[in-house]
Amino acid sequence: MIIFINEKSFEAKQGQTIYDVAMENGIEIPVLCHHPALEPVGACRICAVEVEGMRNLQTACTTKVFDGMRVYTSTQRVFSARKTNLYLILKVHPNDCMTCDANGNCKLQELAYQYNIKIPTQEVELRGLPLDDADPFIVRDLNKCIQCQLCVRVCDEIENMSIYSMVERGYETLPQPAFGMPLKESECVFCGQCATVCPVGAIVEKPAIGKARWWETDKTTTTCPYCGVGCQIDVFVDKEKKEVVRVYGSAINPDVNDGIATCVKGKFGLDFVNDPARLKEPVVKRNGEFVKVSWQEALDYAANGLKSVIEKYGSESVGVLSSAKCTNEENYLMQKFARAVLKTPNVDHCARLCHASTVAGLARAFGSGAMTNNLKDILQAQVILVTGSNTTEAHPVYGSRIKKAVRKGAKLIVADPRKIELVNYATLWLRQRPGTDVALFNGLLHVIIKEDLVNKEFISNRTTGFEELKRAVEKYTPEYVEKITNVPKEKIIEAARLYAKAQRAAIVYSMGITQHEHGTDNVLAIANLAMATGNLGKEGAGVNPLRGQNNVQGACDMGALPDVLTGYQKVTSPEVIEKFEKAWQTKIPAKVGLTVVEMIHAALEGRIKALVVMGENPRLSDPDASLVDEALSKLDFFVSMDMFLNETNKHAHVVLPAASFLEKDGTFTNTERRVQLVRKAFEPVGESKPDWQIIMELSKRLGYEMNYDSPSQIMEEIRSLTPIYGGITHERIKIKGLQWPCRTLEDEGTPILHTSKFTGPDGLGKFHVVEYREPPELPDEEYPFYLTTGRILFHFHTGTMTRRSTISKYLNTPYVEMNPVDAQELGVKDKGEIYITSRRGKVKGIVKITEKVPPRTIFSSFHFYETPINELTLAEPLDPIAKIPNFKVTAVRVEKA
Amino acid sequence: MVDREKVSALVEKAKLESLEEKDILINTLHKIQDYFGNYVPVEAAEIVAEELGVPKSKVYEVLTFYTMFSIKPRGKYVIRVCVNLPCHVTGGREIVQILQESLGVNFGETTKDGLFTLETTSCLGLCGVSPVIMINDQYYGDLTPRKVKELIENLRKGGDER
Repeated sequence: MIIFINEKSFEAKQGQTIYDVAMENGIEIPVLCHHPALEPVGACRICAVEVEGMRNLQTACTTKVFDGMRVYTSTQRVFSARKTNLYLILKVHPNDCMTCDANGNCKLQELAYQYNIKIPTQEVELRGLPLDDADPFIVRDLNKCIQCQLCVRVCDEIENMSIYSMVERGYETLPQPAFGMPLKESECVFCGQCATVCPVGAIVEKPAIGKARWWETDKTTTTCPYCGVGCQIDVFVDKEKKEVVRVYGSAINPDVNDGIATCVKGKFGLDFVNDPARLKEPVVKRNGEFVKVSWQEALDYAANGLKSVIEKYGSESVGVLSSAKCTNEENYLMQKFARAVLKTPNVDHCARLCHASTVAGLARAFGSGAMTNNLKDILQAQVILVTGSNTTEAHPVYGSRIKKAVRKGAKLIVADPRKIELVNYATLWLRQRPGTDVALFNGLLHVIIKEDLVNKEFISNRTTGFEELKRAVEKYTPEYVEKITNVPKEKIIEAARLYAKAQRAAIVYSMGITQHEHGTDNVLAIANLAMATGNLGKEGAGVNPLRGQNNVQGACDMGALPDVLTGYQKVTSPEVIEKFEKAWQTKIPAKVGLTVVEMIHAALEGRIKALVVMGENPRLSDPDASLVDEALSKLDFFVSMDMFLNETNKHAHVVLPAASFLEKDGTFTNTERRVQLVRKAFEPVGESKPDWQIIMELSKRLGYEMNYDSPSQIMEEIRSLTPIYGGITHERIKIKGLQWPCRTLEDEGTPILHTSKFTGPDGLGKFHVVEYREPPELPDEEYPFYLTTGRILFHFHTGTMTRRSTISKYLNTPYVEMNPVDAQELGVKDKGEIYITSRRGKVKGIVKITEKVPPRTIFSSFHFYETPINELTLAEPLDPIAKIPNFKVTAVRVEKA
Repeated sequence: MVDREKVSALVEKAKLESLEEKDILINTLHKIQDYFGNYVPVEAAEIVAEELGVPKSKVYEVLTFYTMFSIKPRGKYVIRVCVNLPCHVTGGREIVQILQESLGVNFGETTKDGLFTLETTSCLGLCGVSPVIMINDQYYGDLTPRKVKELIENLRKGGDER
C-alpha cells in the first residue's frame, strides 16, 4: 500500500505502524516509551502526529497504517503538543544532567534541547523520593522517572519476571516492585534490562556510576563469554583506561537474545577483565614462588620444558587441555599444536565433563551430536519437556523464553528431582529419583507405543531399529517404572500422552541428563522418544541439549577432542589423517588420545609427564578433585595459559598471561551451532596476549612455523579443512552469525537439522535399546543422602570470572540445599554449617533450607573453593562410551558442623 | 501473623463466585479486606499472588490503583469525602474542614483511637443531594457541618453507620 508522510509517498505493509514506516524511510519521529524489542503501548504521547481525517493527534508508535493514509509529522499542532508533553515531564524532573549517569544517552535531554524547553525555577515541582540503591547492580531514582513503563514491560515481556508494576494512579503513577520493596528484597534476578531500556537516568547501572561519561565510551558489539546461549552484547568501554563501563543487550540478532536480553552475568559479570588480579606479565616458578619474567624468557622456558619432556618420555607423555572459553580459532590452533607440533593425540577439554554424552549419543542416533533445533523456534512448540536443566539459572535468557512460550500457550513438562523455578510454569512435574532417567524415558515410550501414539510414517521412512526397541521397552510398564523412579504411574501416562499427542514437541536437556555413568544411555533414550513421535526436523520440536559454555560447541567443532579433528572428522580414518597431514605439512598421530579424566589418572600413574592447559581449572571442576591436586603436583612440566592464577595453575611451572575475550577477535559457536563474532574492544591488558598468539610463539620455538596475521586468517584455514564450516568467514557472520552445517560461501546455514534425512551415511535415524541400570553409587546406611550438583544464577563454574566481577558483591558464598525435614532431623539451621562426607573426601558446606530438594537429597552449587564439592564426586567408573564422569549422583553422609 | 488457611479459603470462595477469570483477583481482595477489617495485609496479598499464580507486582498494582483498597490498617470507619466540583460549590469545603477539625486528622490518616480514617473520593454520582460523604458502604447527602458533627459523635458513642 501507499501512504503519504509530509506529502511524500511511501511504500508500506499491512500491520506496520506509522512509526515503522517513518523509521524505514529515515523520517524522524521522537519516542520515549517505544523500544523495538517490546510491544508498543503509546504511553508517552511524544510521537504524536497528525493524520488527515482524524480529529485528534495520533500516536505514531501504535497507529497502524492504511492505504492512502496522509500523515504530517512536523506541523505547528504537533510541535506544540510535544512541547506541552515535554514541559509536563521536565517540570518534575531534577535538572542534574551534569552528574546524571544518563548524560549523553538520555532521550529526554535530547528532546528538551531539540524543542528548547526551559522550566522557570518557580514552576519546578520535584517529587522528593528516596533512592533505591540497596543492591550492587542497579540504582533507581524515581524522581527522574518519565512513566514510560519500559522497565515494567521489559521485565514482563522479555524477562518474564514481572518484578515491576505501575503503582498508584494518575500523576503519581510510578514503576515499583511489589509493596514498594527495594529490588534487593523482591524476586528480582538482576538481569539489568530495566536499566538498559530506561530512556533517562531513573534506572542506571551502579557499577558504571562515575566511570566514564557516555561520549567517553566506545561501543563494541560482541558475544557474551558466559553460557552457551551466546547473547549478542554491546559493551561500552573506556578504551584508554581499558575498562568495561557498562553492557547492553544488543539489537543485532533478536533470534538469539530477543534484541535486548541479558542475564546478570552478561550485564554485570564482565568487569572481571578489570580485576586487579589479572596476570599482566608472564611468570615462572622459582623456589616455589612465581617470579615475573619477560615474554622471551617465559616462552623459551615453556618450549624447552616441553621439548625435554618429549625427548625423555616421548610425545604421548604430553597432555593438552584446550578451552571451551576460548575462541574457535584458538581451539583450532591448540589442537593443531598438540597434534602437529607436540605430536600427541592427548587433547581434550571440559566438554568431556558436560556434554560428551550428548556428542556421543546424538551422533549415534542422528549422525550429528548437536542441538537439532534453534533457540528461536521453542516459541513454536506446543509441548516442551525440560529435563536435567535448571534453565532459568543456567541459561537464563533461554529460560525466560521457555516461560514466554508457556505464557503463549505451550504446555510444559518438567522432569527433575529438584523443584526448579520452571516447575511453577509446568503442567506436569515428574520428580524422578536421581539417576533413574533411562527408566523414566523408557516408561514414557512404553506408554506411547502401547497407546499407539507413535508416528508410524516417520519411523518407517526415516529410522531403523524400532522393532527391537519396541520389544525392549515392553517391560517398562508404568507400574515398573514407578517402582524405580518414584514417579506415580498416572503422571507417567499423562506425560507420555501430552508429549506424544502434540504436533510439535521439543525436548530441552542439559547436564542433569549427561553427567552420569549412563549419560550416553540417557541421551539415547531421549533420542528414541523424539524419533518415535516424529519430533525431529521441524520447527518447535527436536532434541535440544543446552551447551554450558560460550564456546563448548565450538571447541568440540574445532577438534579439541581426542578422537576427532575439526568438524568431527575421525582420527581413525586414514583419508582424514592424510588430508590434515597434507595441509599441515607434517605427520600427526592417527590414534585416539586420552580424555580429560584419563589424562589426570595417567599423570597420577606417571604416564603423563607434561600438561599444557589453556583457560581451564580442572582442580575444581574435575571429579574426585583431591586426586587432581596430586596429579598436577606430580607433573614434570606444566604450562598454563590463563588470565588469572587459580587453584589449577598454582601447580604450573610457567603461566603465560592471556588476553580476555574483550581484547581479541575471533568467533564463538553457541549451543544452536551458530558461529558468531567476538570483537576486540581494547588492546590486551598489561603485557597479556591473545591465546592464538601465544600458541604461535610456542609453536615457532618448537620448530613448527605458524604464521597468521589475524583470527580471520585462521578461520580461512579452518574452513578449508572442515566441511561443516566450509562457508564460514568472519565477513559473512558480521551481523547474524551462521548455523553449521554451512558448507559453501553461498550456504545460508542450517537452523534445523535432519529436516529430510539424518546425517549418517544411510540418512536414517537409529533407535538404540537402552536398559536402565543403577547409578554406580547409591545411598546406603553409612552414606544415606543423595548429593547432586549444578550451576546457580549468580556464580559461574569455578568462579574465576563471576567472583572477580560485581556479582561477587551480591553472592560470594556457596550453599547446599537441604529439605526442611532433614534439617530438622540433623538440627541444622538455615545458613548453618555442615560436613558432607563421601567415600572420597569430606567438605564443609553452608545450608540453605528449601523444599526445592526432596528429603534425603542435597544439592550443592558447584565449584566454590570453600566447598570443593568435587572432592566428593566419583572419578570412576566413567560413562563407558563418552568417558564423562558421574557428577550427578553421589552417596554422602551429612553432619552438623 | 496472617492465617494462611483462612486466606486460601477466601481465594477459593472468590474463585467460585467469580463469573470471569479476570474478576477473581479483585473479588478476592475485597473478601480479604473485609475479613481483616478495612485493609489487606501485605502478607495476605502475597498469599493471594501465590494462590492465583499472579505476579506479586500485579496484586500490588491493583491494590494501589483502586482507592477502596489499602495495605495500611485503616480505622473502623473509613470516611470518604467527595472533592469534585458540585460538592465543592454546595458547601463541601466546610464539610472537609469540620471533618478534619473534629477528627484531628488529614486525608489519608487514621485517628489515634483507630476509629476513623479520612479519605477523598471522586464523584459518587449523587450530586442532587450534594455535598456527599461515604462512611464505609453507606452514603450521606445534603450535609451540613452540624449534621457531620452529629454523625461523628454518634459513631464515637458506639452507634452504627445508620
